[in-house]
Amino acid sequence: MSTTLRIFCLLAAAAAAVPFVPGLIYPVFVMKVMCYGLFACAFNLLLGFTGLVSFSHAAFLGSAGYVTGALMIRFGAHPLGMPAAFVLGVAAAVAVGFAIGGLAIRRRGIYFAMITLALSQIVYFLAVQFRWTGGEDGLQGIPRGSLFGLDLTSDTTMYYVTLALFAAGFLFVYRVVHSPFGQILQAVRDNEARATSLGYDTDRFKLLAFVLSAGVAGYAGALKALVFQLVSLNDVSLHTSTEVVLMTLLGGVGTIFGPLLGAALVVGLQNYLATIGDLVTVVIGLIFIVCVSFFRRGVVGEVLHLVRRRAERPSEAAPERAEPAHRAPIPTVPAPEKAVQA
Amino acid sequence: MRARLIGNALGLALSALAVTAPRAAEVSDGVVKVGILNDLSGIYSDFTGRGSAVAAQIAIDEMGGKVLGSPVELVAADHQNKPDIAANLAREWFDQGRVDMIADFPTSSTALAVMEIAKQKNRVTMLSAGVAMAAINEKCSALNAQWMVNTYALAAGTAKALLKAGKKSWYFVTADYTFGHSLEKDASAVVEAEGGKVLGVSRHPFPGGDFSSFMLKAQASGAQVIALANAGSDTVNAVKQAAEYGIGRSEKQVIAPLLTYITDVKSLGLAKAQDMYLTEAFYWDYDERSRAFAETYFAKMKRMPSASQAAVYSAVLSYLKAIQAAGTDEAGAVMAKLRTMTIDDAVIRNGRLRADGALVHDLLLLQVKKPAESKRDWDFYNVRAVLKGEDVFPKPSDACPLNAKG
Amino acid sequence: MPDISFQALMAQLTIGLIGGCFYAMLSMGLAIIFGLLNIINFTHGAQFMMAAFLAWIGLTQIGPWLGYPEFQVNFWAALLIAPVLVALFGMAIERTLLRRLYHLDHLYGLLLTFGVALVMEGGFRYAFGVSGQGYEPPELLQGPVDIGFMLLPKYRLFVVAASLVLCLATWYLFERTKLGAYLRAGTENPRLLQAFGINVPVMITLTYGFGVALAGIAGVLAAPIMQVTPLMGGNLLNIVFAVVVIGGLGSILGSMVTGLALGLIEGLTKVIYPEASTVVVFVIMAGALLLRPAGLFGREV
Repeated sequence: MSTTLRIFCLLAAAAAAVPFVPGLIYPVFVMKVMCYGLFACAFNLLLGFTGLVSFSHAAFLGSAGYVTGALMIRFGAHPLGMPAAFVLGVAAAVAVGFAIGGLAIRRRGIYFAMITLALSQIVYFLAVQFRWTGGEDGLQGIPRGSLFGLDLTSDTTMYYVTLALFAAGFLFVYRVVHSPFGQILQAVRDNEARATSLGYDTDRFKLLAFVLSAGVAGYAGALKALVFQLVSLNDVSLHTSTEVVLMTLLGGVGTIFGPLLGAALVVGLQNYLATIGDLVTVVIGLIFIVCVSFFRRGVVGEVLHLVRRRAERPSEAAPERAEPAHRAPIPTVPAPEKAVQA
Repeated sequence: MRARLIGNALGLALSALAVTAPRAAEVSDGVVKVGILNDLSGIYSDFTGRGSAVAAQIAIDEMGGKVLGSPVELVAADHQNKPDIAANLAREWFDQGRVDMIADFPTSSTALAVMEIAKQKNRVTMLSAGVAMAAINEKCSALNAQWMVNTYALAAGTAKALLKAGKKSWYFVTADYTFGHSLEKDASAVVEAEGGKVLGVSRHPFPGGDFSSFMLKAQASGAQVIALANAGSDTVNAVKQAAEYGIGRSEKQVIAPLLTYITDVKSLGLAKAQDMYLTEAFYWDYDERSRAFAETYFAKMKRMPSASQAAVYSAVLSYLKAIQAAGTDEAGAVMAKLRTMTIDDAVIRNGRLRADGALVHDLLLLQVKKPAESKRDWDFYNVRAVLKGEDVFPKPSDACPLNAKG
Repeated sequence: MPDISFQALMAQLTIGLIGGCFYAMLSMGLAIIFGLLNIINFTHGAQFMMAAFLAWIGLTQIGPWLGYPEFQVNFWAALLIAPVLVALFGMAIERTLLRRLYHLDHLYGLLLTFGVALVMEGGFRYAFGVSGQGYEPPELLQGPVDIGFMLLPKYRLFVVAASLVLCLATWYLFERTKLGAYLRAGTENPRLLQAFGINVPVMITLTYGFGVALAGIAGVLAAPIMQVTPLMGGNLLNIVFAVVVIGGLGSILGSMVTGLALGLIEGLTKVIYPEASTVVVFVIMAGALLLRPAGLFGREV
């Protein structure tokens, strides 16, 4: 078992213990972190391991949430309602991802990002217009239904189901990153021209990665809709799309655990800032600036960097990798996973 | 109620805490805690925001900071207009923070989300800023009160008054989302019921930047009233740009914003806003009592209270009085008591809380003063009429199961 | 709806043109900055807002602050001073923060400017509230003027004229002068330009300042039309992004023409199907990408 998996099992075990000590950590908070953590993992799959920047991830999170939510409200009582709604929600996100990705993939770099941004505005517009999304009221009181006869109404049951679904999603992302497919994606990220010359249809791989990432984001969205029993316009807004960038950046782009930590930090921060009010936007903005200017590896990336430096000392002082001007690939963290794997 | 493992574990933990503290027999966990959940940092922060918490504190102070011998505490937080943050905060406040009632909610999505949770946890919500009809129709809850006003009452108030004044032809400039649609629908219904005519509608995207196009179309329709079924910066921009084109400056054609707060008028300035008709639940300069409250508020905030900030004051005050009268802070009992009371304070007059959560009370038909008439800052309105609650609030809807029962 | 008179149609198109002028000015600034610095300036909207606020502060606040209540910075002075101040502020950010990111991917510049925009919007909201402030057009330009098919406020006519002059002048500066040639050379090969004795870092700073100043001028021009609020720029920026994508980033003429054209199309949509008048820009963008992936005026990167 690799170190990564060992750490993950430890985290999962800790999470499983949370409901027994409700005074210490609030279980609903942990569920929220798990949902956003998965969401950030999905985003990281694209940014960290494929080198694509998307400003449309909220569109995937939200469209899955809306579909799952709307279906649960109508068919939630059916014994197969919950799994069916869940799967259809993810399918919706995949479809939206295919549409947006298919268009955006025609351009590279910053254009790609701008196009995803603009197209996600159309999704937002549709969410406002459609009747079944509830417009700006959103959907509330979404029933959780039952999973294979297990009633999900209780927060504790839901907690463990969420933990299981989260673990499955996380391991899926981990599996993808370490599959041959994931290796090709990273090759595309590091040097697209080389990947092309090796005979890979890079556009097809990028689109696949995009759709996969959209699917995982949708998985998080469907889960979130069930956990919180609500979906709103905020879930498809540009704001949420930038939040997931912040989570990934803060935790560490291109690291496996970075997005999880980033999600926990941002969600915790939002809760904390809620009580101080007034200056929320300023604080979030400052964090962006500090992260980008001084802290590009993110928390996990920075730790891994230190660990690696210690391992390599004193032979090399690990000089900053010289980046070719302008067109450098996104992650500044050179494949940190290798350092962790035992 | 559904048994919850977490809830039980928590209850145990909390009661363990509570035993050590001296507690009043009737108040659960020895303290009455009021939460204010609203927008402190975004587009609704001017008419709710910190001011709402200040207004709530004034109400608590008025009760001497105590009810049934237990202290009253206030918590406030910024839901950043995100329903999931609102829902999370509310859950945490209910589960771990011992909060008994939450008020304010300037966005309908946050209001509806928290109402749902409050229902599950048997706590009270009071929408002092939330105006969505859904809150008293299909999403109604026995533990909720819509304390200020709703879109129907605002639309009906202005529409009825203007129709009475002989303004029969209408044109709507509507924000293209549920809130705008519902204002437009309710106002059109009143217009048509009272023999008026709707000449046309322009629906603009939200938020809209340039309204001149819509306002010119409205002007060209020749309608006597250009009704703005939108809010906030949309209303302000529409009025401002209409003024640029000289629209709505004659007796033949007036502009009627259906939802306007005093903060919007302040931001527009009287020169642009003058002569507009509008309906509000509260105006600080209405009478002796309202002025007294407003001056207390002004001393703390250096601004006059908006209708929704004033409504927070009234909501908290009435809630605490109901606890006093009911002898308990159990949500169901407090709400039952509230329904028997006649609400009459500095803000709400002749108020009666209905089964579906609508607070039926008198509203004010106001007209914005001309700059020359205004004697001081915040002296913005002439009160043209007091609108009786029964005339302007909607009939109980069948969509709300609570109405069907009674 | 369809049964609209020719006159009314012309009126709506004129209004669309006014909107287009703002798109043109803003997208031009973005294109200039992108051309040389290779960053998407997310702060553009906030800088636009900041200039409008500075104009308002100059007109109504600065006198009382200084203790001379009758002292005012009028519209014309603000039209010069506010963009310069905003540009200086922008250049300070470029020197201290943006500069550190040039060797990295575009994404970082974008995220940094996004963070700066959040801080600026939050700061102005904290200081001045969110409802916004009114700003009167200068006396000279108050009242309407008859342009044949409609009564147009004089001020709006002025905005159209001023922004067209500004756009054409900018285009001339960048495409037809020696200075422009240096700038374009800087885009292609900064090292070579440096070898010719040009101080490239200073040139980059000045270019950024110029792009920001364009946003600043647009902001002051917008102050009498839109309510001056902390969010006035952010709302506009999304559309302007779509405009630059359609026109092709880095093409000055392209962004100008696209900006004006989209304003007209938006004006037309407001007549036919107003609900879609914002989203139509994004739909056109999707269509344009299908037909011409490089943008209408862009070169394939």
